[in-house]
Amino acid sequence: MDEYAVTVRNFTKKYGEFVAVDDVSFEVHPGEIFGLLGPNGAGKTTTLECLEGLRLPDVGEMKIQDVDPRREPGRLRNLLGVQLQTSGLPGSMTVEESLNIFSAYHDVQPRNELLTRLGLDEKRKTQYHQLSTGQQRRLSLALAVNHDPKVIILDEPTAGLDVSSRSELHNLMQELKSQGTTLILATHDMAEAEKMTDRVAILLRGKIVATGSPRDLTAKGSGMTKISVSTENSILLAVNNGFPAVTHKMIKEEYTIYFSTDPGPTVSAILDHLATNQDSLIDLRVERPSLEERFLEITNDGGTE
Amino acid sequence: MSAFTNHFLYEFKTGIRNSSAMLMLYLLPLGFYAVMGFIMVEINPGFKDLLIPSMIIFAIMSSMILGFPTGLVEARESGIYRSYKINGVRAISILMIPALSVGFHGLITSALVAVTAVPFFDAAQPQNWLALGLISLLVVFTFSTFGMLIGVASSNSRAVVLWSQLIYLPSILLGGMMIPLSLIPEAFQKVSGLLPSSYAMQAFQAYAFQQETILEPWLTIAVLLTSGILALALSIILFSWDSRNDSRSKSPLLGLLVLIPYVAAILYSTFS
Repeated sequence: MDEYAVTVRNFTKKYGEFVAVDDVSFEVHPGEIFGLLGPNGAGKTTTLECLEGLRLPDVGEMKIQDVDPRREPGRLRNLLGVQLQTSGLPGSMTVEESLNIFSAYHDVQPRNELLTRLGLDEKRKTQYHQLSTGQQRRLSLALAVNHDPKVIILDEPTAGLDVSSRSELHNLMQELKSQGTTLILATHDMAEAEKMTDRVAILLRGKIVATGSPRDLTAKGSGMTKISVSTENSILLAVNNGFPAVTHKMIKEEYTIYFSTDPGPTVSAILDHLATNQDSLIDLRVERPSLEERFLEITNDGGTE
Repeated sequence: MSAFTNHFLYEFKTGIRNSSAMLMLYLLPLGFYAVMGFIMVEINPGFKDLLIPSMIIFAIMSSMILGFPTGLVEARESGIYRSYKINGVRAISILMIPALSVGFHGLITSALVAVTAVPFFDAAQPQNWLALGLISLLVVFTFSTFGMLIGVASSNSRAVVLWSQLIYLPSILLGGMMIPLSLIPEAFQKVSGLLPSSYAMQAFQAYAFQQETILEPWLTIAVLLTSGILALALSIILFSWDSRNDSRSKSPLLGLLVLIPYVAAILYSTFS
């Protein structure tokens, strides 16, 4: 068995003259949540569709464990669970029928508890076209997970989900990860990627321009930690950028906002200054640079790190 | 239950649950049958000889040629095949299970026509019920594979309507369903020779009703069977999971090869 749960090497896919994905390579470790990020048209869905066996790569090698999606589609189906970004079920198929039919094709028993967990228990007899977008996506997720696959691909899984469904989905993802399932998550939601993934790859115009853990990626950026302070006597409004590691500051309503390369000494100095000048703190917020900021930095720079 | 049973039961229930399917499978053919039984038989008493076979063929054509291929194209266009593929449903199941389901509905409608036409409309009674049943099965097979081929070869719903109507309307007018083939002008009989309904009508008349036919009975069976097998093979060859996928490399015009048995039958009838 291969060391990696998913291997993509020198993968290229063209549509006519247009190169959708250009010589992309990455690996996903067993039990890892791997994020595939990128703006629209970056090549995420093409990459995933080739992994899923829905499209054929022009060049390169792809493997899900030891299975080549092109050569062993039968083995791939039981190894891989997929929640597609754009897919559908027949409008007249009920939730229960879809679970029963696809369970039978995967030769497993339907896991009815998934319907309960994903809030579809009362919708068992409801036809697909009568479900809301969020319910359709939850059903798609239930079908992707139902046959207990080793690798699951989730393409924009939280699009159209309300807050509680989204939270339930994140819990389910963590649970699957703890059971050793490998997840590949394609998303536009940077907060979700930052919270859920172990590693991400950022695709831009068909090429991978950055890889690493969300923490490592954000650390590599030029983003500053934002320290917002509001005090009783507003004495900070008059202080220049004299605190350590502060590059610049701005005033926004009652807050003084400092941008720091090293937030620890900055916060400490601010608190000392307040104590010395007998001012008291109303609010202090420290915001680390986010993956979203780093993502925008990378994509706006055209992929040069 | 097995995957096949689960899937087949779902497809069969859809024929009743879905209003569009219900229209094509039952309401249109049985409504037309009632109209023809009440009116046409009064206007033209000779139509009593044609009522059962023509209405069976009409029912099967309505479901197989008008309804079935539209469903196939809509499923492909809306990404249903993609969902099926990633969940391990094979292409042959996607084609065969709906065809079997629609065929089953077609046989139910045919049976309703066959058992009610004599008491209700004084239609000519079949001389050989077994032959009626067997030829109905053959006609279901041929038209279901034709519907499958239309669905697979058509790139969108408009193309389905075009191809379906190219078979459906001429079949009603020139396929011996309203007017016996022997009364159709000779030039139009050549066009009739390209229509499966002509062979189906002649097969019913020869074997089930033991009436005289202008085509040799064995030829009608041979053409229906070979064209059905050919249509099935071409459907499998031309099948595409996804209209957006660039893997569709074969020309849909390959589907026209299904006409080979009909052209051969015309040539045989002309020169024999």
